[in-house]
Amino acid sequence: MLKINKLSVHYGVIQALKQVSLEVNAGEIVALIGANGAGKTTLLHAISGLVKKSEGDIEFLDHSLGKATSRVIVSKGITQVPEGRRIFPDMSVTENLLMGAYLRKDKKGIEEDILKVFERFPRLEERKKQLAGTLSGGEQQMLAMGRALMARPKLLLLDEPSMGLSPLLVKEIFSIITEINRQGTTVLLVEQNARMALQIADRAYVMENGNIVLSGTGKELAASDEIKKAYLGG
Amino acid sequence: MKYWLKRNTLLWAGLIALTYLLLHILIALGIINNVYQTVLMTIGINIILAVSLNLIIGVTGQFSLGHAGFMVIGAYSCGVILKHVTAGLAGVFVGIAIGILISAAVALIVAIPTLRLKGDYLAIATLGFGEIIRIVILNMEITNGAAGLILPKAVSWQMIFWAVVICTVIIVNFGTSAHGRACISVREDEIAAEAMGINTTQYKILAFVIGAMIASVAGALYAGAFYVIKPDMFTYSKSIDILVLVVFGGMGSITGSFISSVLVSILNTALQQFSSIRMIVYGLALVAIMVFRPSGLLGRKEFTFSGLMKKLDQKKGAAS
Repeated sequence: MLKINKLSVHYGVIQALKQVSLEVNAGEIVALIGANGAGKTTLLHAISGLVKKSEGDIEFLDHSLGKATSRVIVSKGITQVPEGRRIFPDMSVTENLLMGAYLRKDKKGIEEDILKVFERFPRLEERKKQLAGTLSGGEQQMLAMGRALMARPKLLLLDEPSMGLSPLLVKEIFSIITEINRQGTTVLLVEQNARMALQIADRAYVMENGNIVLSGTGKELAASDEIKKAYLGG
Repeated sequence: MKYWLKRNTLLWAGLIALTYLLLHILIALGIINNVYQTVLMTIGINIILAVSLNLIIGVTGQFSLGHAGFMVIGAYSCGVILKHVTAGLAGVFVGIAIGILISAAVALIVAIPTLRLKGDYLAIATLGFGEIIRIVILNMEITNGAAGLILPKAVSWQMIFWAVVICTVIIVNFGTSAHGRACISVREDEIAAEAMGINTTQYKILAFVIGAMIASVAGALYAGAFYVIKPDMFTYSKSIDILVLVVFGGMGSITGSFISSVLVSILNTALQQFSSIRMIVYGLALVAIMVFRPSGLLGRKEFTFSGLMKKLDQKKGAAS
C-alpha cells in the first residue's frame, strides 16, 4: 500500500533521514520504534507532506506522491494523528471533528461519521460541546484519533499515541488502534513504548540516527536480544 | 438549532435598528451635539478598523503591524477622488471601491511572500510596508505631500453606521463559515491544520486581504468625514492604536472589539481636556486591563443573547 524508497530529508545541513526504505501492506499494523531523534516523526511528516524530501520517493496505492501537498495526500487517504495530539484547544470537540472532515463535501456522510466516532469514543460524546483544551490527556488523544478518522483514511499514521498517558489509558488506546485496524484501516504506528507497539504490530521497523537498522515481524523483534536490551529494558 | 439561529439574527437586527433609532432621536433632540457626533463617527471608524484587524490577529492568529497602511490607502483613494474628480456621495463610493482594489493588491504583495513562512515575519514585513506606503504618499504630487488634503465633508454618521453594520456582518459571516473555522484552526495549531489538509498559507492570505480591504473602507470613510487627511496621521503608531483596540477587547472576539472601540474612543475624548496627563491615564488604563483581564475584556468569547439569558436565569435562580 505504502512504499517508501530511499527517502532522505534534510533540516538545513542536518540529515534527518538517510535513504530510508519501508513498506506497509494493506491491512497491516506496522510499528516504527526507536529512540528520541531517530527520525521517526520526520518520516511521518514526510509521508504527510509536512516536510520536504530531498531525495527518494513515496508511493501510495501504486502511485508516486511526488511533491504532493498535504492537502492532496489527505484526500488520497493518508491522515496523521500528530505527536502531542495537537487538537485545536479553543474549538469544541464537535468542531475539532468537523475540521478532520475538512476536505469532504458529503454532509450526510460527515454527520454519520461523527456519530461513529462518538460510538467508538463515548467519552467524547459526553463532552461534545466542551472546548477541546479542557479535555484530559487521554480524551485529547481520543479526539485526535477521532479527528483523523473523520477524513476516512485508508492509511492512518499515529505518532506516539501513548505519550504522557497512564498505563491503563495506554492499554485502552492500543486496543482501540487494533479495533480500528480490524475494521479495515491500515496503521503505521510510531512509538517509544516499544513493548506495547510490538505486541499489536504485524511487522515493525527499528530506526536509529535516520536509518532503519532492523525489521521483522512484531513477535520476532520482541524476542530479539538486541531489541530487548536497547528498547525493552533487559 | 435553526430556530435559535433565526431568533439570534432577529435579536441582533432589532438591536441595530434600535441603536440607529436612538441615535437619530438623541441627535434630533440635540443631546448628541456636533462634538459628540464627531466622537460617534470616530467610534464607528475605530470599530471597523478593530474588527478588520481582529480577523487577521484574533481569528487567524497572524500578527500584523501595518493596519494603518491599508487605512491610509483608503483615505487617500477617497481623498483624491473627492478633491480632483467628484465630490459628494458618488465620490465617496468610487473612492471606497478604488481603495478596496488597491489595498487588496498591496495586501497580496505583502502577504504572498511573508505568509508562506511560519512565525512573526508578517509583523516585521507589515510594519515596514505600512511606512513605505505612507512615505510614497508623502512624496506624491496628487496627494499634496506633507500638507495633506483638505476635503469637503461627504460622509454622514448614518453612512458610517451602516458601514459598521455591513463590515461586521461580512466578517462575522466569514468567521463562522467553514472558511472561518479553517482560519481558526490555523491560529490554534498550524501543523495540525496542515495535517488535516488545510492550505494554511491560502487561509492566512485570505484573512489578511479581507482585513486589509475593510481597513481601507475605514480610511475612506475617515477622509470623507473629517475634512483633513495628512500622511503623519497614519504612522505606525496608528497601527498600534488599532492593535490596542483588538487586544483590549479580546483577540478573536468581535463583540469585544466593539466594546473596546467604544470605551477607548470615549476615554480618549474625555481625556482630551487634560491633555498633559492624557497619555499617562490612557497608558494606566491599558496596564490595568492587562493586569485584571489579561486576555482582554471578553477574551475569545462573544457576547450573545442566549449567553445573556443564561446569565440572567442563573441570577434569578440564585435569588429565589
